[in-house]
Amino acid sequence: MLELKNIHWKTPENEEIVKGIDLSIPEGKLTVITGPNGGGKTSLAKLIAGLYTPSTGQILYNKEDITALSITERAGKGIAYAFQQPVRFKGLTVRDLLELSAEDTLSEDKLCAMLSTVGLCAQEYIDRNVDGSLSGGESKRIEIATVLNRKNAKLLVFDEPEAGIDLWSFSNLIKAFEDLKKQGGRTIVIISHQERIMEIADHIAVIAEGKVQTFGPGSEVLPSLLCKDKKCACPMNSIKKEGC
Amino acid sequence: MNSVTKELLSSISDFKEGFKGAYNIREDSGCAGRQSSEYIKIEPKHDKPGIVIRISAKAQQETVYIPACVTHSGVSDLVYNDFIVEDGADVIIVAGCGVHSDGEEEARHNGIHRFMIGKNAKVVYKEKHIGTGKGTGARNIDPVTEIAMGENSYMEMDTMQISGVTSTNRTTTAALAAGAKLVIRERLLTDGEEYAKSDFKVSLYGEDSGVDLVSRSVAKGNSHQDYHSVIIGSCRCTGHSECDAILVGNGVVNAAPELHAENLDASLIHEAAIGKIAGEQIIKLCTLGLTEEEAEQKIIEGFLK
Repeated sequence: MLELKNIHWKTPENEEIVKGIDLSIPEGKLTVITGPNGGGKTSLAKLIAGLYTPSTGQILYNKEDITALSITERAGKGIAYAFQQPVRFKGLTVRDLLELSAEDTLSEDKLCAMLSTVGLCAQEYIDRNVDGSLSGGESKRIEIATVLNRKNAKLLVFDEPEAGIDLWSFSNLIKAFEDLKKQGGRTIVIISHQERIMEIADHIAVIAEGKVQTFGPGSEVLPSLLCKDKKCACPMNSIKKEGC
Repeated sequence: MNSVTKELLSSISDFKEGFKGAYNIREDSGCAGRQSSEYIKIEPKHDKPGIVIRISAKAQQETVYIPACVTHSGVSDLVYNDFIVEDGADVIIVAGCGVHSDGEEEARHNGIHRFMIGKNAKVVYKEKHIGTGKGTGARNIDPVTEIAMGENSYMEMDTMQISGVTSTNRTTTAALAAGAKLVIRERLLTDGEEYAKSDFKVSLYGEDSGVDLVSRSVAKGNSHQDYHSVIIGSCRCTGHSECDAILVGNGVVNAAPELHAENLDASLIHEAAIGKIAGEQIIKLCTLGLTEEEAEQKIIEGFLK
């Protein structure tokens, strides 16, 4: 499905963040990428979606080299990306964004179904602007909805979807990811520190210092990452339990 | 009514085959159609070009159409329209102007609209301006809007210039009596070498009067815009003005808001933001499959919606 071959990436200031990542994301599975802050996870997600271009290396998607393709071209091939920090727009409404994502005009019933997936009541939100009037959690949930409902999306990349979301909505989010898994047909990549998200992962990759440190089935990788005591001394400073 | 007028009317108002109710269509300084209704009377002026629109208190949620069209170059139209709104009336006024130029000479429309709004009356005023045609002659529109609002009256002014106007000098003045509320929404788009000047002056002289003025504009190409607003609060009142502008290409926007608080209980606020489209906005829409050009267009459409 997605193969990253010896990917390197430097910031415009020439600081190397991604230092040779080799990773194969299995098709139709849920893969969580975790690791300490500053380790290169978000950079990797942006490299997959085309927001960044690798300094060297190759990205293969369904065996096609997409390394040089633009964001738009990758979106056209079915790669969808949810921002860690949702973008605000003056003048675009929730309905506008969801219809752009679905590439269709949507009935209120459909909008309602999309928004209820992320725990929002459609009637209150569809005509609201996606601007500073929304709270961080609200805009985050709308951001996730745009990716969950993206037309023809086959590879869905979520960058820290749990950030800024309250516990009740977080439970809904977990359910949405579980449902997505059950439906099948889509490959899901989630950048996350959350144990509950890792618990539903088919595979977990740990990235630190710009490299893949560990990759394997979730059932094998997760136990080695969990907090060893109640003070939450998380290995690699990466895992967050609820209440931590 | 000629075919250019019909096209312009469909752009600036919801004209299809005709208007229902009261209307006055101005075409190249002449009258292309006029009709009064039971509660809205339209009469020509005798001392200068223009009409008087008398809106009875019995008019409730009634719409009147007052569009003006200049359909070829070499026309310089000037009109004085007075709207007299009786106490308690509730009316929707659809104005607007289209200027078409297919020659080398200027095509111009200057509309001076005066509103006398009675106590407790409600007015929604919609005004859309557009320039069309492939002529090299300038397409200019200089609207003047003067508003006198009675006690506890309400007016919503939705004014928009879509595109194609070479130069515009838009002047709006308003004076509000006690309890009157004025809401202004302005949207401007300029491109190429176009120029737009927008000037607002609102005087809040009545206790508990209030104005909410929001101007959004996009300056593309080499176009230039000047925005100037003055809100004067001389009693207990509230005033809010907001000027947001997006720059594209070599567009230039100057914004100069002024607030004059002349009373301890005058509460006046101004917000302004000018800048290019945020790169992350373009990127977000690209992740939804739009090209950069489509994303920019979508963002501008939304901003001016």
